[in-house]
Amino acid sequence: MGLLDQRFENSNVFVTSMDNLLSWARLSSLWGMQFGLACCAIEMMATGASHYDFDRFGTFFRGSPRQSDVMIVAGTVTLKMASRIKTLYDQMSEPRYVISMGSCSNCGGPYWEHGYHVLKGVDRVIPVDVYVPGCPPRPEALMEGLIKLQEKIRAGSLIQKKTA
Amino acid sequence: MLTEFGRVLIFLILGVLFVAIGMATAWVLRPNRPYPSKLTTYECGEVPLGDTRVRFNIRFYVIALIFIIFDVEVVFLFPWATVYQNLGWFAFVEMLVFLGILFVGYAYVWRKGDLDWDKPTPRIPVYEHGIGVREPELHQEEVEA
Amino acid sequence: MTAQEIHDVVKSRFGDSIPDARLVGVIDPYIKVAPDRIKDVAAFLRDDERLRFDLLMCLSGVDYTGGKLGVVYHLNSTKLDQKIVLKVDVTADHPHCQSVESVWKTANWHEREAFDLYGIIFDGHPDLRRILLPDDWEGHPMRKDYQVPEFYNGMKVPY
Repeated sequence: MGLLDQRFENSNVFVTSMDNLLSWARLSSLWGMQFGLACCAIEMMATGASHYDFDRFGTFFRGSPRQSDVMIVAGTVTLKMASRIKTLYDQMSEPRYVISMGSCSNCGGPYWEHGYHVLKGVDRVIPVDVYVPGCPPRPEALMEGLIKLQEKIRAGSLIQKKTA
Repeated sequence: MLTEFGRVLIFLILGVLFVAIGMATAWVLRPNRPYPSKLTTYECGEVPLGDTRVRFNIRFYVIALIFIIFDVEVVFLFPWATVYQNLGWFAFVEMLVFLGILFVGYAYVWRKGDLDWDKPTPRIPVYEHGIGVREPELHQEEVEA
Repeated sequence: MTAQEIHDVVKSRFGDSIPDARLVGVIDPYIKVAPDRIKDVAAFLRDDERLRFDLLMCLSGVDYTGGKLGVVYHLNSTKLDQKIVLKVDVTADHPHCQSVESVWKTANWHEREAFDLYGIIFDGHPDLRRILLPDDWEGHPMRKDYQVPEFYNGMKVPY
């Protein structure tokens, strides 16, 4: 049971400092579920390799959605794969975030006009937090996307109830 | 004051408390929002198909059994090693006899082949085809050499 | 052997099933075969000592517009270093062609792809089902008269 899960409405000192601590803990150890589908996966592997190191952000690629915080959708999302992506996103536990990497998962990419088999953007099936443009995006671009996600986590809160 | 057993008890209690406090903190802080799609079995995104009970190889059981027997032997060696100094030659020879009996068992298991991880003989598939029936023609230099 | 000699050998054996051939003036000389005899022609091409076409390099479907479909086979002989192309014409109303899967095993997946994208049904194929598209997809996309569906399983397909 989440006893402190979005219960507090007005912020007081305890909640804010607890929030900061939890947010810092979450953003410093974002375990990613690698979802390399196509060419963007190569750039994701390059980002994880030694030259542009992904591990220094605390990111650690896991294979299973049950053990991961962020799903990096890298590559073309076909309609055949889209139902599986929906299932896998459902099987991730909260708090969960999605980074859409590359044009194909942002908006369909080069297949937007004639691709009968391509889902034009992964945000048609799952909610996306950060979009990283590029075809494929450079490793530095993916790292900027991750840093933006970290800023979003720092600004968000799990204890405090979000006022709409 | 506190006996030796008392110290072990303190150790045990602290160990249990360490784990319990960690798990309780997580239980308080984590969100818990289950819904049916999240609780399905993970099968790489597919609809789960078939039973999870699989038949696994009996070699694992054999290896585990042999390991347990020799692990218990090692457990007997530990207290003997701590008081060995005070007991002299008698304890040494007695332990050698104990190890000798178990060594006979070890030799039996080894010779019987229970320690080998048997490799199955591969079955190479055979197709009906007419390829390669004719001998390749050699060049003149290769024939002379 | 040149393309003309290969054509003569095949024509002398299967005279009535070879309606057409084009051997000069093209990059790949081709022989047209009737769709209900392609398996026997293929087995002959593979096993005959002068021909020995043991490698099916590629099997593709084609849509010549106007309700005419076709299958193109690119063959290669690794022993005798010669190439030939076979073409089969089928119609969209009766898209049946014999399967060459028993002759060259690689045709198993190639024919499944031709079925998936063009709708050409290969008689005698042991497992003819879709290979690239999802199993519940409707239509054969590589035909010239294909319309992109609006929705697939609740997902909007066009941009």
